[in-house]
Amino acid sequence: MTTRREFLQHTGCLALAFNVPMTLKGFEPQAKAPAKAAPLEPNGFLRIDPDGSVTVWATRSEMGQGVRTSMAMAVAEELEADWTKVKVQQATTAPRFGDLGVTGGSQTTRTTTEAFRKVGAQAREMLLQAAADEWKVAKSDCRAEGGFVLGPGGKKAGFGTLVATAAKLTPPKEPPLKAKKDFKILGKDTLRLDGPAIVSGRAHFGTDVKRPGMLVASIERCPVFGGKLKSFDASAALKQPGVKQVVAVPSGVAVIARDTWSAFSGREFLKVQWEEGPAAQVDSAALRKQFEERLKTPGKVVRTEGDAAKGMEGAAKKLEATYDAPFLAHATMEPMVAVADVKKDRCDIWAPSQAPGWSMAAVTKLTGLKAEQIEVHVPLLGGGFGRRAMPDFLLDAVACSKAAGAPVKVQWTRQDDMRHDGYRPATLHHIEGGLDDKGALTAWRHRFAGPSIAVAAGLPWPPESTELSGAADLAYAVPNLEVQWAQSETPVPLWFWRAVPASFNPFVTECFLDELAHAAGKDPLAFRLELMHAAPRKVGKDTVAPDRLRGVLALAAAKADWGKPLPKGWGRGIAAHPYLDCGTYVAEVAEVEVKGDGTLRVHRVVCAVDCGQVLNPLNVKAQMEGAVAYGLSAALHGEITLEKGRVQQQSFKDYPVLRIADMPKVEVHFVESDLPPGGVGEPGLPPVAPAVANAVFAATGKRLRSMPFLPEKVLKA
Amino acid sequence: MPVFNLSINGRSRAVDVEGDTPLLWVLRDHLGLTGTKFGCGLGVCGSCTLHVDGEAQRACQLPVSQVKGKITTIEGLSAKGDHPVQKAWIACDVAQCGYCQPGQIMQACALLKQHAHPTDAQIDAGMAENICRCGTYLRIRDAIHLAAKGGVK
Repeated sequence: MTTRREFLQHTGCLALAFNVPMTLKGFEPQAKAPAKAAPLEPNGFLRIDPDGSVTVWATRSEMGQGVRTSMAMAVAEELEADWTKVKVQQATTAPRFGDLGVTGGSQTTRTTTEAFRKVGAQAREMLLQAAADEWKVAKSDCRAEGGFVLGPGGKKAGFGTLVATAAKLTPPKEPPLKAKKDFKILGKDTLRLDGPAIVSGRAHFGTDVKRPGMLVASIERCPVFGGKLKSFDASAALKQPGVKQVVAVPSGVAVIARDTWSAFSGREFLKVQWEEGPAAQVDSAALRKQFEERLKTPGKVVRTEGDAAKGMEGAAKKLEATYDAPFLAHATMEPMVAVADVKKDRCDIWAPSQAPGWSMAAVTKLTGLKAEQIEVHVPLLGGGFGRRAMPDFLLDAVACSKAAGAPVKVQWTRQDDMRHDGYRPATLHHIEGGLDDKGALTAWRHRFAGPSIAVAAGLPWPPESTELSGAADLAYAVPNLEVQWAQSETPVPLWFWRAVPASFNPFVTECFLDELAHAAGKDPLAFRLELMHAAPRKVGKDTVAPDRLRGVLALAAAKADWGKPLPKGWGRGIAAHPYLDCGTYVAEVAEVEVKGDGTLRVHRVVCAVDCGQVLNPLNVKAQMEGAVAYGLSAALHGEITLEKGRVQQQSFKDYPVLRIADMPKVEVHFVESDLPPGGVGEPGLPPVAPAVANAVFAATGKRLRSMPFLPEKVLKA
Repeated sequence: MPVFNLSINGRSRAVDVEGDTPLLWVLRDHLGLTGTKFGCGLGVCGSCTLHVDGEAQRACQLPVSQVKGKITTIEGLSAKGDHPVQKAWIACDVAQCGYCQPGQIMQACALLKQHAHPTDAQIDAGMAENICRCGTYLRIRDAIHLAAKGGVK
């Protein structure tokens, strides 16, 4: 079976897509304006027009992580383009772009950078050849720079003037790539290309899509997960101004109206009877009990080294603790939304989706159309964090358009979005550690209970594959170690949430390491540095590089003045996580003030990042700032609770998130590296919560083992 | 349905909608001005912030029948997207996903009208009700300081 990462890497890997148009016979470039000269389109992802403008098609969805800019940078670097003439467009599910796959798992940089460099290099080679042919000189005597080809004797031609000649050449299959030392764009702070459109209100998000004759729908869903529609009375709703139609769809009952407000208002008058089903008995306390029971019996052994039981028996000092983390909602700023236009022989969908191709099978089933009759267009995503890889909101639009016989936008309300998410799973952990008489860590036993995203979402992967990162791949050298995952059931729909299980497992492991360090009478940083493997160590399918882990820990500590005194009531905590899935190591030191009323003020977070080559430092820093903010929202506030099978939170009123006044200073430092560039969307998040909890311990001696760190928990600890 | 005459970005616009329709949806669905964003519909996230007679207001909480005064949306803030606050936002590379940023910018403009050179504390107070899930807050703070100096680095 495929794991999540393999899936993310292999379907929609541009390396595959890249080969398709170059080898595909009959590959047809985009339709062009008749009067203009032919542009150069060596492959499906790049066009150079006679006016010299360069257009790159981004194949991954933009949700704020900066891929549209970084993909264009990779092309422009090799092309030797004039950056001011580079524009970016978004690929659709049309065949010319190959399989768009999934934008997630911090995989875009790893899986597409080289392919996009090749896209640029291919065109550069063609332009050089075109100039050489026109000037009747050797290609090796020509070079490209800033949107021009320069030749012997001061010859100079803009890319635009060469495209007609270049377009007649055969694109080279393996164009040479530049050496890192020659980079002019990659590695430099680069402003995002969408910035001007965003600040002027022109940027086009999913919710901004409007089609001729478009209606707007709002869907009433069963408040209990897994419930079914029994009956509905639409008579009052249909009398409301603007309401056109009320119809049952797979996700509930849709009120279809002439505009958004009419749909929202009409929905208030809808009377629906639900078959709530067994989940109506479920609440948060019962789920917690269920996890507690589950922890009493063994789980699946997902990692073992030495003999953990013997190691514990022989330990001079033993520690054990229970940790927990709750369900979380994604709460993107743009509530879920999509537009579909289902016709007899064609279906167009505009979905701010992280996985535009993922729903194809479901759309063909819903519409009876063939995949080639369906095209998903991807506007900007108003936040993603994993949520927008779910197909639900896209399918809503298809179902409503089919029912209405017109283009329909399905607009979720904030409450819909909060109460019908795919949630970050809740987990309960029991963890034990043993120290020898010198305070060295000799045994580690970690068992945790929680449900599986793979199972809940019906993904064809091993159940544990979505839950283990940060636990089973513990990067420290412990001679006797065992990790067990105790699979639990829940009716709560689950989905990927920024960093997935690394949003909770490193909270447990990095805090417990801190506990062990203090029990051993050692400094938490020194304790970690003693636990490094002597050489790169295979952990499951991945390899932990101890020098990279040591590197980020040491850099974060040095930059954060580790060991220097702080005012009373303040503390420093350290945590690290090697995000092996995307090749990036991050360590963070949090400086936290614990107030008398139990509130925490995080003043400063120092991040040390080893993400291999840094493609755009300005953006990597932004991703670290963002991960700190998203991680702090979870650490300080985030909790989804259930009562009678219903999510109790409805909006930012009862699901608070970080505000500007609570944003700490974030300092980002890079470890110099020539390794291939790694992903940066998620890796900044895992160390945040444990660094904060460890700082609270340093400040007060209180150990926080339950997320979120609400003031009442801090006072009670 | 009644007709409402509105002054939006210096133009007068007539809309034929129910009187309880929030200004947000009038702009977005009826006038094609989609820069003002829907985030919560409850007045708690700030994504739909615009100006009524220069004051920051939440468009999702303003029934069209009660709108009095001149409305400015993000599209009307400047003709070419070069208001000092917009320039500062670009220079500081504030946006990530960008969805909340029109609201943040409109709120920041109102703040700068009150405090031409705001302190961090004044920024935090003035921007407290504008949520960003991407976590661009540090750059928002930097951009407001830069805008106070003209918006150019």
